[in-house]
Order: sequence, then C-alpha cells, then structure tokens
Amino acid sequence: MCSLALFPPPLPSGQTTLCESNNELLSGTSTEDRPKQESSPLSLYFPRESLKLHSRTESSSKAAFLDHSETLWMRSAAAWRDGGLTGLLTEITNSHTEGINSPVSCSPAVPKWLSVSSGCTLALLRWISSFHGSLFPHLTLSSEDMIAEFSQVLNWSDCVVRAFSWHPHTDKFAVALLDDSIKIYNPKSATTPTLKHRLQRSVAAVQWKPLCASALAVACQNCLLVWHVDPCSLSTRPSSGCAQVLSHPGHSPVTSIAWSPSGSLLVSASPVDTAVMVWDVAAESCVPLQRLGGGGVTFLSWSPDGSHVLASTPSTLFRVWETRMWTCERWPCVKGRCQSGCWSPDGSRLLFTVQGETVIYALTFTDAPGSRLYSGPQAAAVVADLSETTFNTPDGDIIVGGEIQSLSWDPRGERLAAVDRPAIIAVFKTRTNPIFELLPCGFVQGEPGAEPRLMQFHPNFQHGALLTVCWSTGRITHVPFYFLSTGVPHFGLSGSPLLPRLQERPSAFANQSLFTELIS
Amino acid sequence: RAAASIAWAVLLLPPITAVFIILSRFSFLHPIHTISVIPTIACSKIALLGQLLHPRQFVSSVVHCIMGIIVAWCCAITIGGRYETLGYPCIQSDGSPQMCLNEYQLILLLAGAFVGFSHSLLGVIHNMNYVSFHTVQQYKYLRFKGSLPLVVKCSAIQALYSIRNYIVVYFFLGYIPRAWICKTLNLHLTSSAHPLDSIAGLLDLSLFYHLWISATFLLFTWYITLLLFRIFVTEVYSFPVQSSFTEDAHQCLPKVLLTDKQPMILKFLALQDLALLSQHSPSRRCEVFSLSQPGGHPHNWNAISGECLSLLADLTQRLVAYHDTVATNGRAKSLSTGSERKTSSETSGIPVSPLTAPFTPDLDSPFASPALRRLTAPVEQCSPWHGTVQSPHIMRRAPKLWSTSTGERRLMEDRSLRSNKHCRIQFELNRAVKNFLAKRVLIMYLFNKLPEASSQALFADSQAHIWALEGLSYLVQASFSEDHFGVVQTALPSILSCMLVLQEAVDRHFKLPHASSKPVRSTSSIGDSTYKTLRFALRATLKTAIYRITTTFGDHLNAVQMSAEHRKRLQQFLEYKE
Repeated sequence: MCSLALFPPPLPSGQTTLCESNNELLSGTSTEDRPKQESSPLSLYFPRESLKLHSRTESSSKAAFLDHSETLWMRSAAAWRDGGLTGLLTEITNSHTEGINSPVSCSPAVPKWLSVSSGCTLALLRWISSFHGSLFPHLTLSSEDMIAEFSQVLNWSDCVVRAFSWHPHTDKFAVALLDDSIKIYNPKSATTPTLKHRLQRSVAAVQWKPLCASALAVACQNCLLVWHVDPCSLSTRPSSGCAQVLSHPGHSPVTSIAWSPSGSLLVSASPVDTAVMVWDVAAESCVPLQRLGGGGVTFLSWSPDGSHVLASTPSTLFRVWETRMWTCERWPCVKGRCQSGCWSPDGSRLLFTVQGETVIYALTFTDAPGSRLYSGPQAAAVVADLSETTFNTPDGDIIVGGEIQSLSWDPRGERLAAVDRPAIIAVFKTRTNPIFELLPCGFVQGEPGAEPRLMQFHPNFQHGALLTVCWSTGRITHVPFYFLSTGVPHFGLSGSPLLPRLQERPSAFANQSLFTELIS
Repeated sequence: RAAASIAWAVLLLPPITAVFIILSRFSFLHPIHTISVIPTIACSKIALLGQLLHPRQFVSSVVHCIMGIIVAWCCAITIGGRYETLGYPCIQSDGSPQMCLNEYQLILLLAGAFVGFSHSLLGVIHNMNYVSFHTVQQYKYLRFKGSLPLVVKCSAIQALYSIRNYIVVYFFLGYIPRAWICKTLNLHLTSSAHPLDSIAGLLDLSLFYHLWISATFLLFTWYITLLLFRIFVTEVYSFPVQSSFTEDAHQCLPKVLLTDKQPMILKFLALQDLALLSQHSPSRRCEVFSLSQPGGHPHNWNAISGECLSLLADLTQRLVAYHDTVATNGRAKSLSTGSERKTSSETSGIPVSPLTAPFTPDLDSPFASPALRRLTAPVEQCSPWHGTVQSPHIMRRAPKLWSTSTGERRLMEDRSLRSNKHCRIQFELNRAVKNFLAKRVLIMYLFNKLPEASSQALFADSQAHIWALEGLSYLVQASFSEDHFGVVQTALPSILSCMLVLQEAVDRHFKLPHASSKPVRSTSSIGDSTYKTLRFALRATLKTAIYRITTTFGDHLNAVQMSAEHRKRLQQFLEYKE
C-alpha cells in the first residue's frame, strides 16, 4: 500500500502552495498572489545574515582567555564549577604535564601521585561511561547533538527558526531563533518583545500555557524557563526577572515540553533522564515519574482532552501515560524509536511514526477514564505509507516520500500534515467521526530551494485550518485550508464545543480513500 | 559483621516503628492531632521561641529523646564489640575488681538522645507536622518508591549534621552526664582508657562512623513513618455525592464539605475529591447537577457551590482586612481619627473561622501571663507594621511606630487624653519602658517580623481555596454541555463576581513588599515547604479558573448580570489581556 501514489503530483519548480480552496490546493509564483484575508497573520522572514550568531562555542573561547597563572585551587574550583567531577579530574591530570612543559608558569606543580591517580580515575570513569554508552548510544552525544537528534525540527542545528508556538487562544505566536532569542509577534500590537536570558541556550521547544495570556515555557539546554510576558506591557525587552527557572539535577538538555490542556501542569523530558518531570510551575516543584528502560525520554505530547500523554524514548519503546493516576502502558516498537506523534482532538486516537519506517501507525484508546483495563487493539494499525514514489511531471521525474520527521493534526481533526525526510509536507484529509478515514489532499511546497523544517497548525482558525511552516531559508509562511467542517461537533483545545456549521457543503472528497477504519 | 548489623537493622525496623507508634499514642500525641494540613507559621522569632518552649513541644522532645536512647541501645547491641554493655569488669590500680563505665556505649546512647531532641526541634522549625497534598495523584506504592531515595539522602545528611553538633556538645559538656551516670549506677572510670571528651578520643573515625550510622538509622525510621503517614493520609478518598439511604447522608460530599466540626483533614479530603470529580468523572458531575427527587431542588449543587463561595469570600475578606491594616499603618495620620478607624477595623476585625487558626494567638502558650501577652499579642496577631519594616530608616523610627501600632495602645492613648493625670503618667512610664526595650538589639531581633511570614500565614490554608476554585471552574465548564436543568446558570453571576473580587484582592496583596519574593528552594529536607509557595499557586489557579470560564462561555457572558467594574475586568479576560 503506497499512499503517495494517490496524491496529486507535486508542483513544478517555481510554484508555491498558497492555500486550499474549493477542495484543491492553489499555487502561485509569488506571495503577492495570495488572496487577501483579514485573518491571515503576518508572514515573517529571518535572513540568516541578520542574526548575530555566536562565532564560537564557549569551550573553544575559554582556552583563549584562561589565565594560566591562577593557582591550582582556583583552577580546580573553576573546573569543578564548569565541568563537574570529570572537569576537575581533567584539570588535575593536565596541570601536572603542564608544570613540566612550561617552566615559566608560576602555578605550583601538582604532586605526581595526585595527577596519576586522577588520570586513572578519569580513565575508569570513561570506561564505565563508554560501557553505559554502548547500552544507550545516545548518551555519548553532546547536548547540542542530542537536541538535534531528537528534536521535531528537521535538521535542527542548521535551522534559523528553531522553535515555534501559536498561542492557544489568540493570534500571537512565539518564535525561537538561532541566536537563542525568542520573539513574540502579535498582529494586534505594535511591539514585538524579544526574550533573552542567560540560561536560554539551544532552545529545543517553546509552548504557551493554555488558559493563560502570558506564560510561555521554553525548553533550554540546562533548564526550563517559564516567561511571563505581560500582553499589555509596552516593553520590548522583558527583564530576565520575568522568567522562572525550573531545573532539576540530571534533567538536561530538555528536548520536549507539554502543558496539560487545563493549564495546571507542565511535563518535560530529557534524553538523559529516565524520569518524566511533572512540574507545578507556580510552586516550582516537580514530581519525577521514574520508569526504568528506554534510557531517557525524548518527545512528549499531551492529548487535547488531557487524559493521556505520549512519551517516547531513545530506544525502541514508547509509553502512554494515563494522567489520572499516572500509570503507563509500554508499547515496544519493532524497528526504531518513536519519532513523532499526535492525538486526535477527542484524545481517543494516537497517530505516531517510527524512525526508519515510512508509515504512520494508529492506536485507539477507548478505555473509560479511571479504569485500568485497556480495551483497545493490542497492536497498532498502519494507516498510511509514505514510501518513495516517483511522479512523472513535465519537468522530469520527481521522487517524494521517505522517513517521517514530524506529524501535526489540526485542532478540528480534518487535516493531517507530515514532514518527510527529503523535505516535503504531505497533507491528508482526515475524518474521525463516525469512523476514522484518511484521504489524500496534496503537497505543500515553498519557494525553490526551501525545505520545510517545522510546522504547526493554528489552534483556532475560524475558516478551516491554518498550517504555519518554517522554511530552511528563514521564512515563516501560513498556508490556509479553507473548508467547512463536516458538521460533527468537535472539541477544541479548551474543551468547549465548537458550534456546528450551518451550511454543509456536499462532500467532494477525492473518491480514493487511503484508509478506512473497519468497525468490527 | 557489617552485613549482620544491616540485617539486624532491617529486622528491627518493624518493632521499632511499632514502638514509636505505641509511644506516640500513649503520650496524648495522637498522630491525627499532631499532624495538620494547615501549617503553623511563626511570624517572628519570639513566636517561634514560644512554639519551641510550649509544654506540648517539651513532652514531645522528651519522648523523642527516650526513643532515641532506645534505638541507640538497640544499635549498640547489634553493632556489638566495644559498644555492647554499659559496664565492664576492670581492675583498679589497687588491684580490686569492680565495674567500670564503658564510655563507648554511653556516647552512643547520648547521641541517640541528642538526635531525637534535635529532630523534635527541627520538626517545629521546618513544620514537619504539616502534610501537603500532591498535585499529581499516584498509587501509594509508586509514591513511596519515588520518595524513598529522598528519605535516605535526607536522613544521612541530617544525621551527619546532628552528629557534628553532638560531638561539639559532647566535647564541652560530656563530663556532666558521664559523672552523673557513674554516680547513679555506681560505676568507675578507668584511668587507663582515654576519656572520650578529648580531642584524641573524638578523633576516632570508626566511632564517628558508628555514631553516624546509628543516627541515620534512627532518623530513617522516623522519616519513613512520617512518609508513610503522609502518603496514607493524603490518599484520595471518594465521597459519594448523594446517597439513597438517609443513614449514610452524613458521609456525602456536600455534608462533609459543610460541617466544620470534623478534623480539618476531612474537609480537605472532601475538597480534593470535589476538584477531582469535577475534572475527571462525568457520572459524578451529573449527580452534582441533578435535582432532588420530590421537590426538584438542586440541593447538591447549592451546598457545594455555597461552601466553595464562602471559602473564597472568606479569603477575600481576610486579604482586604490585612491590606487595610497595612495601608492605614503605613501613613502618618492624626491620632484621633486614626484611633477611631483603628478600633473600628479591630472590632470588625479578621473573620473568626476555623480556617483562620494561624491568626488567633496561642493562648495556652507559656507567654500567657498578662504582661507578656501584651508584648506578644501584636506579634502573634501578625500585626502589620512588622511586615512593612524593611529599611533601616524605618527601623530607626521603630519605637514610635511601635507605640502607634497596636489597637490596644490607641485605646489607652485615647483614654489617657480624656481622663486623669494618673493614667497619663502611667502611660508615659509604659512608653518609656517600651522605648527602652525597643532599643535593645536582642529584643528587636526577637520581635522583628520575619519577612514574608505574614504573607505565608495569610495563605496558609490556601490549598482548600485552590481546590474550591478548581472544583467550581471545572463544574461551570462542564455545565456548558452537561447541565440539563440549568442549575449552574443561576449561580454564575455570584461565582464570577466572587472570583473577580478575589482576583483584585490577590493582585493588591502581591503589590505589597515581600509578598512576591520567592522563598529559597530547599531540596535536602524532609519537611514539606509547599506552604511557602501556596500563594503563587493560588494566584495561578485563580487566573486559570477565570480563563476556564471565559473561554468556555465566550460572548455568552455578556448576558450575565454584573456590575460595570466587573464587566470591564471580565472583558480583559475575554480579550486575553490579563
């Protein structure tokens, strides 16, 4: 079963996808053709050159400036502060050889036995950690590489826009950039606050708190930050006093965060920590939910109805937590780790992708809240296959399809977008009621040479669905999908029912259905 | 041998725990009474001292000391060797056999007593008897498993500190108990062995290790008891919303919420259950929204919403009263008007309810003598000016502020202005004494308000308010689609106005100095410090609760009757600008 073969062919080069209207994707050559809609928010462009980047990493600049005439104690203390036990041992081991090589240095020589013993300890530690690393290979990565490996963003380390988040209730959004700053854009306000903090490095994810106007959680390299950005303030640079720092020893780098839809709890995950942290942000306290196995937690996704949390691990295993008593189900995968996942609006269906495979799986949760008995299927069903497909177009053969980097489902459950590895967005039409159905919609393409890196659906777009895409060129565009809801009342993020549409268009879906659930 | 000692230690755990429970029951310290869901917050050093010197606390310290000695004795037996007995036969210099004192066992027993004593003191300082409820529900076993590493770490660290202090004390004062034991038990000191209260005697690593291990074991048993108690007490209990049998009616949620006579913990459990049912359980929500069978009255909803609203109104009133006292104290005003205002606010005062327990002065404290009570009363009532004193500038003017601060003084001044000279002389004398006292550094130190303590005390029981807010807002949210009879609609104006008034009061409170300063996070203590951040949690929950209602109802809220000011405030929430 190859789903992509049923898709309309990709656009010829030079054409960009503008919107979906009358059940087909419209394209144009430039962004000026876009039909003017008052609700379409601003598109942004962040050229790479405009960002002041850190020219070198901190460790490399340290060697250039370190004053070598400091006493051993000072250097040891600094090494302990910067690098922990390993740093201290390295410092002691190195300082011995240094004292011999440079007689000019006035630092007191370390006794030989100390340097030798610390060298031995260091070797032992490395041996143990390499053993541990052979069990969980991801632990040997540096924290930047680890974020790049497990991020939902395609090619994170090279990405100008590293994270993006729509506010769940209003038209504002936050953008995390390559220079570790976060900008907040609001079409209703002239000020664009820029958030910078000493600890805000390597931002892996940002998310606004639901049922709140101001709180923005940021997953950083060493900690979690929760910014409180007053929407009425005119300040363009909120002070770092507006940010709460949440950290827990051993819980860094943080690669994924998720707010509960009720806004009361925040969960965070780190690939080096086997525990999922559940934060009570106001009290700055956390409860670790420890489960051994998996070697860490990489990706979290809270179902829109608040009843389940998906937690994937770096090994071939993911867990689905039930949020009432915080128990979990283990779901071993065959091939690779769970890369991405998304929930249907009513929280009953989970779609996920596995690294190394080109298919989308579905799991159905039909259990009543409170009961621990799982009554769904015991295995996941394949709903779509995005393996390589060749399209014959006038420009020649175009090959699309491959491994899926991330999935996103619009809040009404009618459009599903998937970013493939060779950088294209495939959009499906979906129906969740009365039965789950998947139909092809088309490909979303940007300017020539631009690859999609990150995408998110607007949480409450009035006229259908709005997909925001961050491109590799640094451009952020919004692709609206204009459609009328199929008439089934759905539950939005807030849990309030959206009113059913009055006029219902005759269903003009493409007649080849990709997947239809069988009711047994 | 080490393995044997560990095995013994583990085997001894259940009997010792049993002994602890039996003992703590015997000493009229039933755990239910010692453990509270509302922390006792001392607003000044002197109040803390009062708590520490309370007779109840004295009894508890003695019990802890005795238990410490018993456990240390068990440890001494299990370790064996040189710790095994208190006396041993020895031969004096003149050749006659007699019993000598084994100081090693003595030092271990006294260490147990010292650790017990310091544990009971620290229990008061760190509010060890306070039980907090977790925001995350977990099964008991998982919660126990999760907290076990923390308990081990805390007991080891705390034991280390206690033993360090103990060794210092023993070095200086160790000869007193040694001489006393020798005298009462008719034991002798050997001249050959080193006395242990010397530097050489205490620099014994193996002795230190044994002391530390025993202290860790002792603290570990206590902490485990405490942890288990907390886990079992705070476990969610599901109250029935309504019962078909009248004899079970008193166990139903609305009844339990309403009655104030029961222990506070029951009310807290009922509120927790309400918050959870409103969030997770559609069938029980349905019972809340249902009408009574003959009559058709929404008794369940009325009782629940009424109790929640009265809790919130109570907090609002408390905050407003506190803010007023702070505000009137801050500015200089003429004596006569000030005194009238002061007395009126005193009489209207802080509402007396079971939840305001931390504000009522502890009358059975040793400071209950009239003269002292006059000194301590303003402090224990959390008198406002202590909270505002922060700059050295105001500190210098402190004596003057002191005399104008208490309502009692005002009354006296008033009377003295009107009546005879005698009274005035007495008043002057009184003031001179107070001035004199206020200038002494120690007195100032003791009576000075601890920063943010009054703020903590105001929100000490806010867990109840947080649940009330959550319960109400989730029920209102669910009523949008589940409430078939419209029982919630009638209460919507009062719920909204109650929340908005509280929101205003909370906002005003957080503008006061110290109110928004974050407490230091302490991770290496078994004492629960959740109460220090309750006010932040309340503020966040309140905002979320209002947003939950406005997001659900949206523009329908324009049809709800409310004052213009509240409508303006609500509009801010509808536009997501709060």
